[in-house]
Order: sequence, then C-alpha cells, then structure tokens
Amino acid sequence: MKSFLKKALVISAISLAPTAFAVDMTGAGATFPYPIYAKWAEAFKAKTGSNLNYQSIGSSGGIKQIKAKTVDFGATDNPVKYEELEKDGMVQFPAIIGGVVPVINVDGVKPGEIKLDGPTLADIFQGVISDWGDKRIAIMNPGVKIPSGPITVVTRADGSGTTAIFTDYLAKTSTLFKDAVGSGANVKWPAASTVGGKGNEGVAANVTRVKNSVGYVEYAYAKKNKMTFISLKNKDGNFVAPDDLTFSAAAAGTDWSTIPGMGTFITNAPGAKSWPITGASFILLYKNPENKANAAEVIKFFDFAFKDGKKMAEELDYVPMPDKTTEFIRKNVFTKVVTK
Amino acid sequence: MDITQSHSAPTPQALKIAKLQRVQDFLFHAVTQFFAVGVLIALMGILTSLVINAWPALHQFGPSFFFSQEWDVVNGEFGGLIAIYGTVVTSVIALLIAVPLSFGIAVFLTELCPGPLRRPLGTAVELLAAVPSIIYGMFGLFIFAPLFAEYIQPVLASTLGQIPGFGILFSGAFNGIGILCAGLILAMMILPFIASVMRDVFEIVPPVLKESAYGIGCTTWEVVKNVVLPYTKAGVIGGVMLGLGRALGETMAVTFVIGNAHRLSASLFSPGTSIASTLANEFGEAEAGNHLSSLFALGLALFIITFVVLACAKWMLNNMEKKQGLKT
Repeated sequence: MKSFLKKALVISAISLAPTAFAVDMTGAGATFPYPIYAKWAEAFKAKTGSNLNYQSIGSSGGIKQIKAKTVDFGATDNPVKYEELEKDGMVQFPAIIGGVVPVINVDGVKPGEIKLDGPTLADIFQGVISDWGDKRIAIMNPGVKIPSGPITVVTRADGSGTTAIFTDYLAKTSTLFKDAVGSGANVKWPAASTVGGKGNEGVAANVTRVKNSVGYVEYAYAKKNKMTFISLKNKDGNFVAPDDLTFSAAAAGTDWSTIPGMGTFITNAPGAKSWPITGASFILLYKNPENKANAAEVIKFFDFAFKDGKKMAEELDYVPMPDKTTEFIRKNVFTKVVTK
Repeated sequence: MDITQSHSAPTPQALKIAKLQRVQDFLFHAVTQFFAVGVLIALMGILTSLVINAWPALHQFGPSFFFSQEWDVVNGEFGGLIAIYGTVVTSVIALLIAVPLSFGIAVFLTELCPGPLRRPLGTAVELLAAVPSIIYGMFGLFIFAPLFAEYIQPVLASTLGQIPGFGILFSGAFNGIGILCAGLILAMMILPFIASVMRDVFEIVPPVLKESAYGIGCTTWEVVKNVVLPYTKAGVIGGVMLGLGRALGETMAVTFVIGNAHRLSASLFSPGTSIASTLANEFGEAEAGNHLSSLFALGLALFIITFVVLACAKWMLNNMEKKQGLKT
C-alpha cells in the first residue's frame, strides 16, 4: 500500500513537472480590454500553464498599481506621456484596438441613419445644440425624418479611458469644445441636461431608457445592446459606420513607430474608411522589473496574443494590432525590458 | 458536620473557586473593555485619516470648499456644494415621504390590523428592509425611472409645477432620473426600517395605558397621539434617525438614479449628485493630488453631516426628557 502511494506521488510529480516552471502573472487596469485579456489568458494557460490574474479596476487604477509595483504590468486606455514613462523607467505599447461609438435613442431613427460631423457632435455634447430639430442636424441629414425633442446628453460619471478617447476626438475637431471643456478621463460636461452613468453599462442603460438621449459607449456595448449608432464624417470627408473594418482602417493609417512611447489616440485618423473615434489599450512595463521571471512571461504572453490571439480578438469585436506594429513592438519595446 | 464552621472559614475548595471567579471576572472585564475601546480607536482612526487625506484640498480651497459649486477635474478646481446639496436634499425628500407612511404602517399594524393579517404584513415590511440596496438601484433605473418620466413627472409638472415660486422645483425635462427620483427610491428603502422600528416600539406600550384611554372614550387617533407617541417618542426618533443615517450614506441605489451630474439646479427633476455617489463614481479613477484629496474632503463632509444629525437627535431626546421631568 505504501509503495503504491509512493508511486502515485512520483507519477503525479512527473506529470506536474512542466507546470512547475509556470508563473503567476498579475496585471491591473483598463476595463475595456478585460474580456479579450481574459480569453487570451485562458488560451495561454492551456498552452504554457502560466496563469494571468488581471484585475479590471480602471485605467487610472492600472497606472497607480504599476507605479506602486504591486503588479507585473499595468493597462490603460489613456496613454501615459513619454516624459513620464522615461521618468519612471517604463515602456508602453498598444495591445488591442477598439472604437468608441456615439449612440442615440430617437424615435423612428434607424442605426447609422443620422450623419454628423465632429463639430456638430461636439456642440450637441456641449449643449449648444439642444434639440434634435436643430437646423444644423437637419442640413447634414437631408431626407431623414428626425422628430424634434430636447436632447439629453449621457456621459460617463466615472473617470474613464472611453471618455478620454471621446473628448480627444471632440477637442480635435472643435476648437470651441477644446477651449470650453478640454479633454481627459473626467471632464466637466457643460450641457444643462447631462446625465451621468457608471461604466459603459450605465451609459448604455441610460441611453436605452431616456428618450431623445445621446451618449457614447465602447463598440462592443453598442453592438451587444443593439443600440442606434450615429454615422460620423471622418478626416477624408466620408461618412462611415462603426465596425471592425473602419476601426482597422483607422489603425492602419496610424504610424505608431514615430510616436515616442507609442502613446496616441487614433482619433480623426486619415483614410477613406477610417472610423474617427478609435483607440488602443496600452500595456505598461518596467524596463528593469523587480520580478524578471514574471516580466519575461508577460512579454511571452503578449507575443503569443499578437501571434495567435487575432481570431479570438475578432470574435469579441476587437481589432488586433496590425502586423507592422506588432513587429515594431517586438523589436523595439520588448527588447528594452531586462528579463535576466 | 458543623454548619457554622463552614460559614466562618471557607474551605480551600471554595477559596479556589472564588479566586478563579475573580480571574474570570477580570478577564471578562478586560476583554469587553478592549472591544469597546477598539470601536473608539477605529472611529478616531477613520476621522484622522480622513482629515489627513483631505488636508491638501481643504488647505488649498479653504472653507469655501464646502460652499463652492465648482467640480472641474480637468482644471483641478473642486468644491463640495453640489454633492452636499444632493445628499441633504435627497435625504430630506426621503424623510418627508417615508416618515408619515411608516407611521401609518406602524399604527395600522399595532392598533388597527385584524389578527390574521398582522403577521404576514409585519413580515413583509421586515423583508423589504432586508432587500439589498443594489436591487433598489436596479429597480429604480430600469423600472421606476421610465414609469416616473412617462406618468408621474408630467402630472407633477402640470399640478405642483404651476404654483408660482414653488413650481420651479417641478420644472424641466422629464428624464426620470434626477434628485426627486433618488429621493423617492431612498424613501422606499428607508421606509421599512422606520416602520419596523416604530412598530416594535409601539408594541411595548403597556396595554393597560391604552385600554384606560379607550375606556374614557378616546378615539384611536387620540390614543396614538396622547398615549402611544409620548410613551415611545425616544424609539420613534431613534427609528427616524436610523432611516436618515441610511439615506445620507446610501451609495449604490442613489448612484443608479440620481443622474450623476455636477450641476446645481433649482428643479428637483434635474440630475444631480450626492457625496456617496460621487465617491463611488470617481474614487477608482481619481489621480493622486487635488482630485483624490477633494474626494476625501467630501467623505469628511459626509462624516460631519452624519455626526451633526446624530448629535441633534441626542440633544432633542435629552431636551424632551428634561421637559417631561419638569412636568411631573
């Protein structure tokens, strides 16, 4: 009996051997990429045995945690400036692309039927245009019947990377918005009828329930809740609808390699088919991490995600990074991290 | 066996037991004292850490922090007036609605209710008190707010909203979500608390007192007003304060339905924000510095408001007892 137990122990030890080298990586930050990170982590665990524990606590939280060195990597939708990265000895790279979509709840209007440009959208979110019957909306939408009614603006109540991308776009296309509101994860919305929702779910819930409202959510939420989106005029002057094709078109027109720290929003990007409010979610790593084995595994994880995770990303309505960019990240970012 | 001897000189066994008991008593005293003092230490610790963390904001903006309606994260300007106003107003609305209703419920349950109905109704009230606040929030946002916007707000605007001066409270767009909606949801939440406390204290009124009053020809209302209420006012005020405390600090349900807008508006229909909902929304993403410190300052304000409310309640109770003492 005893020898049997011994044998069982030996056998189980042998079978466990490959996972003995597996590590537990930790990451924290942005909520927007959480579903795809979780899916990648599952696939990565099946392949290597290494486990990723990712806490989706929000972009600012991710930056705080990596600065406090409580996690192996931080994740943020709101990129950290190059000077700050250098000061803290960190590197930053984009890992996944998504889009922000203006959504509305107006009776009788079908998805994509209302077309707007940046300055008009900015004026709606500022409260300058406060009724759907406004002439400026009508001029841009000949032949579309838009019932007039007071507009309720729905924004994020919590600080958010989504707000950062969205306000970056509005500020880029409207100087009025730039001067009056500015851009950031948490801005002061001036429209008198502004309602705040907590998280993408909160905004989606408010827009679906408040008539004549307009809000902005991540694409996945708009798609999941079958919300009525707005078509937007991009930099090339074409009206485009939000989907993975227009997001990747925007990403393709962005040359990450020229931007120090790679930190940029892909807003108002050039390209005939580019969706103008596209953004990437970023990963933060220390150049000289305390836990080198874990940092090496984090790099392996994203290398795996860039190589084998594209289909998984598309299934979840994300846009994977273009090959050109992932090659640049492998050569210029991963190599900066000391892993031995 | 000599009985008197055992009285004058305790046996060694009895001495041993007495000694053990003394040790037990000492330990019991020390342990319970430790627990009680622990509460005091925790309270002081919370207060101190709030003040330390709020200090940068209070130092920069001065006492005007509590009277400024600026809340601009981009430009780093902060003031707590909007959140404090939202907290106080929603709680007052909740009390105005919940107190009379709970009083009615408690009187009915203790004085008027037919026997077989008493238990199921009482249990229902208690169960309502056990519903988690997030459920009230979801109910408020997904079911109550749309109905409120469609049916109740237009009626309020066309009736109460027409009164000159007063009407401004019920003007504006019918969004459903806003200060008034938050107040109503809060009323629904604190109603069972107040009602069940009131019912419990009404039940301790000695039947003899009530029966004597009925015996000399009092109506039910006169009995409640002149016998039950004076006998139980400490408990009633305690129940109201319990409800008010919950309303002031309620976070999740309010966050769902208040609209979370940093704007001060005369209309109760318009969205606003409360201290607790601002903290819930912005704490996770607040950058270190003025924003975080201002959030701590708001927390401190909530602490002070709650403290003042409790102190007022105590003072009222003391005053009443004194008055009663003079009478008799």
